[in-house]
Amino acid sequence: MSPERKGPIVRCGQLVKRFGTLRAVDEISFEIPEGICFGILGPNGAGKTTTLRMLLGQSPRSSGTLEVFGQDIDYGRRYIRQRTGIVPQADNLDPDFTVAENLSMYGSYFRLDHQTVQKRIPELLSMVELLVRADDRISTLSGGMKRRLTLARALVNNPDLLVLDEPTTGLDPQARHMIWSLVHRLKRDGRTILLTTHYMEEAERLCDELIIVDSGKLIAQGSPDALIRQHCESDVLEIRGVGTDFKMNKLPESFRSEFSGDSAYLYSNDSHALLAYAANMGETTALHRKTGLEDVFLRLTGRGLRG
Amino acid sequence: MTPYRPPRIRLEALAVWRRNALVWRRLMAASLLLHFGEPLLYLLGIGYGLGRFVGEIDGMAYFTFLASGFVAWSAMNVASMESMWSVYTRMVPQQTYEAILATPAEVDDIVIGELLWCGTKSLVSGSAILAVAAILGAVQDWTALLVIPVIFLTGLCFAAPGLIVTAYARAYEYFNFYMTLFMTPMFILCGVFYPISTLPAPMQIAVQFLPLTHAVAIIRPLIVGSPVENLWLHLGALVLFGVICAWIAAILVRRRLVQ
Repeated sequence: MSPERKGPIVRCGQLVKRFGTLRAVDEISFEIPEGICFGILGPNGAGKTTTLRMLLGQSPRSSGTLEVFGQDIDYGRRYIRQRTGIVPQADNLDPDFTVAENLSMYGSYFRLDHQTVQKRIPELLSMVELLVRADDRISTLSGGMKRRLTLARALVNNPDLLVLDEPTTGLDPQARHMIWSLVHRLKRDGRTILLTTHYMEEAERLCDELIIVDSGKLIAQGSPDALIRQHCESDVLEIRGVGTDFKMNKLPESFRSEFSGDSAYLYSNDSHALLAYAANMGETTALHRKTGLEDVFLRLTGRGLRG
Repeated sequence: MTPYRPPRIRLEALAVWRRNALVWRRLMAASLLLHFGEPLLYLLGIGYGLGRFVGEIDGMAYFTFLASGFVAWSAMNVASMESMWSVYTRMVPQQTYEAILATPAEVDDIVIGELLWCGTKSLVSGSAILAVAAILGAVQDWTALLVIPVIFLTGLCFAAPGLIVTAYARAYEYFNFYMTLFMTPMFILCGVFYPISTLPAPMQIAVQFLPLTHAVAIIRPLIVGSPVENLWLHLGALVLFGVICAWIAAILVRRRLVQ
């Protein structure tokens, strides 16, 4: 093993990206150890994609340190990309080529041996269940198929680091589950995965560790479980369909309440007390559940709408 | 980062060139029809039709005069179209470059690869006109074969300013400025239809600063087999113009693609 493999795959410190006066990424620091799935969560416009672009050398940083595979991004950009696979947020498959040709064309940008790539193409296509579509044009594929092909394309160079920028945004549940199982499989293969998302279920399922960013700032870091324990009570009662004029019965002191849209949320570590409260509510619908990352996320980033 | 350095030339540029070549190969029949058919019509219609009234110019049949001008003009035209409309399509709606930039290929490879590709397309179209002209008897010497590399050079030379315009473009309409202000005047003034010696004296000097003048000045005598006057001056002007524009294009495309 080469020496640089011993440290973290990604290491960034006080990373800043300015666009004019806007600080899109504002002093973010984190490390990604080898072999884990690391998530960057945040509302739209939080700086997730900008962070990824800096990591890949597609956008120069304004200040801070940034190393991938132990190499400074300014000097090792080509080496880093040689070992990295990227699934961008917007599909940018080449519409002038077929499914299989997209993969071989992409391999040529890595200057991979043509024979090796040709041998890999059927494997990759069967992995994402697109082998029967090998000779079809891109325009005939559904959104989910395009995403899967983009994932296969990101694996053409057999990367050690896989970067997924909102991989399931806009997909139906079937396609989403398929992407999730593929990500699990890739992690089992020992690849390091870096993922951005604003789907909390996705983050809980896939991520070993994550950071939450908002307005370019890092606001929380840890494993999904630890974040939930640290920032939320264990249980929540979700009361749906209430107006802002909704008057609650007197709340026990141990409850914390929040409003969002037309729902009220009551948080507590005492599930019995929550259920007892729900039983006294009469006609209003209430849902009792364990708290999750979504509750942490909404608590930390607020419930207001984002642009 | 050194945003102002000249573009580096690397093998990855060939992957970009190859991508375009493979797309083109699929539409080759239509493309060749255009490249052969259009000049054939122009040459027959204007060259023979108008040529009957014009007679000889500079000691050659008007048909030959026009055919040699068309070879240069076509090289300019094809490279300009490709470096504007097609490059913009790959850059903006198709996001092809965004995908390429996630691999070890860099902006410089895209710039060099596209320049080479534009030159190649010019080579195909210019050679097609040369072939049509030869079949119709306009080519008078084997030195005409030397025109082929000059066509490629002319293509490169005009692809570079095209890339500059594309780096600034926010929509396809943007290219109309360049067409109207730069390409059309060259088509009319740089010796494609009539010798520049017939222009008023100040204009004769002015057109020396337009690259098409130099392309025509090299290509025409090679086709008729007469010696090229001031060959190195004309070649130097083309190369200088192309190199400076390619350098500027690299700076601007870097700025556009890497933010």
